[in-house]
Amino acid sequence: MSIKIDETKIRPYGDSLDDGRMQFSFALPAPCNEKGKEAATQVLKQMGLHDIEICYLNDLGEGFTHFVAYASTSVTVDLTKIQVKIVETPVMNMEETDAFIEENIGREISIVGACIESDAHTVGIDAIMNMKGYNHRYGLERYKHIEAINLGAQVPCEELLQKALEVNADAILVSQIVTQKNIHIKNLTKLIELSEAEGVRDKMLFICGGPRINHELAIELGYDAGFGSGSYATDVASFIAFHYADKIKKGE
Amino acid sequence: MISLTIDPKKIQEARKNASDIVKSLGWLLEDYSSVTIERTVLRLMGIDGADKDGAPIPNIIVEHLREKKAIERGAAYWIANAMAFKDLSAQEIANQVSKGELDLTQIEVQSPKKVFDILDKLTDKMLLHITKQNQFRKEAFKKFGPRKAPSVYVIVATGNIYDDVAQAKAASREGADIIAVIRTTAQSLLDYVPYGATTVGFGGTYATQENFRIMRKGLDEVGEEIGKYISLTNYASGLCMPEIAAMGAIERLDVMLNDAIYGILFRDINMKRTLLDQYFSRMINAFAGIEIQTGEDNYLTTSDAIEKAYTVTASQLINEQFAILSGIKPEKMGLGHAYEINPEIEGSFVYELSHALLTKTLFPDAPVKYMPPTKFASGNIFKTYAMNTLFNFIGGLTNQGVQLLGMMTEAIHTPHLVDRALAIENADYVFKAVKGLNEEISIKKDGFINKRANKVLDEASGFLKKVSEDGLFTAIENGDFADMPRPENGGKGLEGVFKKSSEYLNPFMDKMKAKLGL
Repeated sequence: MSIKIDETKIRPYGDSLDDGRMQFSFALPAPCNEKGKEAATQVLKQMGLHDIEICYLNDLGEGFTHFVAYASTSVTVDLTKIQVKIVETPVMNMEETDAFIEENIGREISIVGACIESDAHTVGIDAIMNMKGYNHRYGLERYKHIEAINLGAQVPCEELLQKALEVNADAILVSQIVTQKNIHIKNLTKLIELSEAEGVRDKMLFICGGPRINHELAIELGYDAGFGSGSYATDVASFIAFHYADKIKKGE
Repeated sequence: MISLTIDPKKIQEARKNASDIVKSLGWLLEDYSSVTIERTVLRLMGIDGADKDGAPIPNIIVEHLREKKAIERGAAYWIANAMAFKDLSAQEIANQVSKGELDLTQIEVQSPKKVFDILDKLTDKMLLHITKQNQFRKEAFKKFGPRKAPSVYVIVATGNIYDDVAQAKAASREGADIIAVIRTTAQSLLDYVPYGATTVGFGGTYATQENFRIMRKGLDEVGEEIGKYISLTNYASGLCMPEIAAMGAIERLDVMLNDAIYGILFRDINMKRTLLDQYFSRMINAFAGIEIQTGEDNYLTTSDAIEKAYTVTASQLINEQFAILSGIKPEKMGLGHAYEINPEIEGSFVYELSHALLTKTLFPDAPVKYMPPTKFASGNIFKTYAMNTLFNFIGGLTNQGVQLLGMMTEAIHTPHLVDRALAIENADYVFKAVKGLNEEISIKKDGFINKRANKVLDEASGFLKKVSEDGLFTAIENGDFADMPRPENGGKGLEGVFKKSSEYLNPFMDKMKAKLGL
């Protein structure tokens, strides 16, 4: 007999249905003793958890303690009501995308990418754009029908926009790796605001990516799509190709 | 005993190929200087501070001399000439220039003897201070015992130097031997060093002399308490390599990230600028007894760790030759490599063991800096923790000099306090567990590990030979390094490179060269 799951009321699963068991690991500026343990318990209690078990505490020095804990929650979630924004276009490999562009768009797609503002970490944009790509998926530079321009690190928003206009880009790709103090949100917002101020927001696709970015966040920030960790050039290229093929089909 | 069998002649040849590459650049290192080298000279003369808009005084002086087309003689002369005429300190002269009250080039030419006396005194004073800092470090190690190997190296990166100190102290108590303060993400491309204590940074904390001082003090305090000398690391890289090295020497940093070609390839800094800057920065490090570390890990974060393993070896050999040219001793050359192999590959650990042993074999005296998995670290912190365990296993087994600990949250955020503590616990456990194992096992001469290491060395040597024939500049222009073509006259910072005039003076470089026997 299999376990019967009520999708309208799901709850964390430890080793039996609806036990609500969850795992925690956190530090407190509290001593490593019974008092600190009680402080950790109270944190979890105030989060609405019960059956709290602080199973490990360790002195980290400088007045901090690490706690590992298990506790149960009684909250439930209705899985049937959940809607998330995801990129819904199918993903094609490089050859398929090139053939698709040839057949449905009939011209080269131009893409300009960069790490903007303070971000000096090109690993994301390079994985998507550079010829060699990442994890056996070639980068956009390798696509026959994509003209990919990677401007690299620390590119001011103004410069990125200017270049995109200059080459009449179909899409702008922005990578943001550093997310401390939400710097990525500030940078991404700056680019969109600038594009709106210049009246070019609708002239091209705005796409962002990075480990802490997902499609929903991207839409919220005013982008057309967002790609998180585990995304490849194939995801980005397919999205762009489908978008422009669709436009042509609709006669836009 | 775990060791490889490699024909010493083969190693010699690879070294010679690297040495040929480096030797062909003498013309650049002898005849040119850069704006950051001149700013370094000013800092070593005791000039510090910033104007009311935050512009560092050394930058203002160098810009002033460039405007007057006088920088070709070197900044030292002009300051000393003004000091002789006005009978003021270097800082007082500099302050007047920064306020626009003084034009250094309009001051009456003073007698060479007077000028040289001033320069002599200033140089000796600073070099004595740096020597004393080096002496202090040596005595601290004598008092508390030497740094263990592999050393436990962790980073702090809060953006706020005061939070950094709290985290660094906690890490020291947990067993860290070396603390690195990661720099804020934008700093490597700034053509100046910010001034004062800073509390805002992204992905790291600004390297400033005041921040160096604050962290040094914190580590000395905790070290005194726990009975250990805690080493401090920063980054003499980017557009201000020698300035950061000088600040580190003055404030007694112990380790400096200081790669000869990293900036060219991975930060798009002009090649002439980088090679000049690394030359002087490494000389300062050599003189100050600071251990350098190189950035070979970067080759593997952008390329495949098996296919491009030879690029790590090649870069190590080039870095070694540049280091020798600047007077760095083998025991201060923290050459780098990294555990960046794809964990899905069967035998990934065996490949890694081979590569790690090759580095140890080629550089037996170097405190090799071993970098953790980052490329294949993911949001699965548990898997990443497991990978870090294997990484620590190799570090312990092959007795690397410095184990730069991997963080389970590498792919998510700059390390939390708990992440760092768990990383240290992992390393401690593994190092203890494998102690003595390397004495018990040996590597088969005709087995995979030994053959693989030989193959990587052959590839590296062949690559170096080709680069020495084409010339380093051409090879970099062709994208032979890390598939990153960089033009000789492109990249950032080229405008800051200039040809020295026949009257050029850099008294610090001259005296350091003499003392280092260069």
